[in-house]
Amino acid sequence: MSRLLVLLAMLLVSAVAWAKEAPPAAADPAIEARMLALASQLRCLVCQNESLAASNADLAADLREEIREMMRQGKSDKQIVAFLVARYGDFVLYKPPLMASTVLLWFGPLLLLLAGGYALFRRIRRRSGAPGPELSAAERARAARLLESPGDPETP
Amino acid sequence: MSAASLPRMRTTWIVVGAFVALVIVLAVGLRLNPSEVPSPLIGKPAPQFELPVLQDPHKSFSGKEMLGKVWLLNVWASWCVSCRDEHPVLVEYAKDRGVPIYGLDYKDKRADALQWLRDFGDPYRLSVSDADGRVGINFGVYGVPETYLIDKRGIIRYKRIGPVSSELMERKILPMMRELERE
Repeated sequence: MSRLLVLLAMLLVSAVAWAKEAPPAAADPAIEARMLALASQLRCLVCQNESLAASNADLAADLREEIREMMRQGKSDKQIVAFLVARYGDFVLYKPPLMASTVLLWFGPLLLLLAGGYALFRRIRRRSGAPGPELSAAERARAARLLESPGDPETP
Repeated sequence: MSAASLPRMRTTWIVVGAFVALVIVLAVGLRLNPSEVPSPLIGKPAPQFELPVLQDPHKSFSGKEMLGKVWLLNVWASWCVSCRDEHPVLVEYAKDRGVPIYGLDYKDKRADALQWLRDFGDPYRLSVSDADGRVGINFGVYGVPETYLIDKRGIIRYKRIGPVSSELMERKILPMMRELERE
């Protein structure tokens, strides 16, 4: 009987534990989802290895609120990103834009791959196709003699 | 040296050269400070703002009032630890050298901010309260303290993220201000 009571009490307590659901983070779940999708592509400036979506920094929370507000005003993602880039620079973008100063960043790896491939190609070709050192006229003559008389090895 | 070892020698030198180049690139990279993000606002007009004056919230102050003057806008807060390092420098240059410094009290409680100025001295000609940090966002503030040098046309000419030192004042900010005064 007492066991049953304990069990009942435990069940009741657990009911209390999960009775309270987390309140929705924002009034509009669609805007919240859109904001999080955009913020995950942006860098938090305070803790630079975190996205704006993941960061707990004060500024990140403010900027998320700013993004929500702009979304409520009907601004496009592009306009919002432009707003942030105007203030914090391209640094807020995890995916930097393609411009003169970032060409090396974008194409550097490809360049390295091509250079490496070319070096490898040349090396392999040299190894497989390369004849030994050039023969002098006397050596050529000797080789020709050797080739003409296979059954008669020349002794030095 | 035999003829065959020549290309091998060359390869060795290329590898050593590439390694040295890599070390140099990495060493330079290590010395860069990634937390100093160059501000896109340099060379652009300072964002407009109109905020209540910290000491007298009934009055407001707008950046426009500073047109025609070369001035410093210092972003500070009573909760900001490194502001404490920089504060004596600001007080010194404001009092002894008459450098016009205006404060933007960023995301702060008014009472705390006033107490802070009483405790450590007030180097500012005037401070404004940016309680919700919206003006800070427009200035691209992300690490307090930050200091902006604004010219007579209201254009941001220089930005310092982090505390201002006497050395920075002497070497960079004061010479720039003198230069801008002549413009």
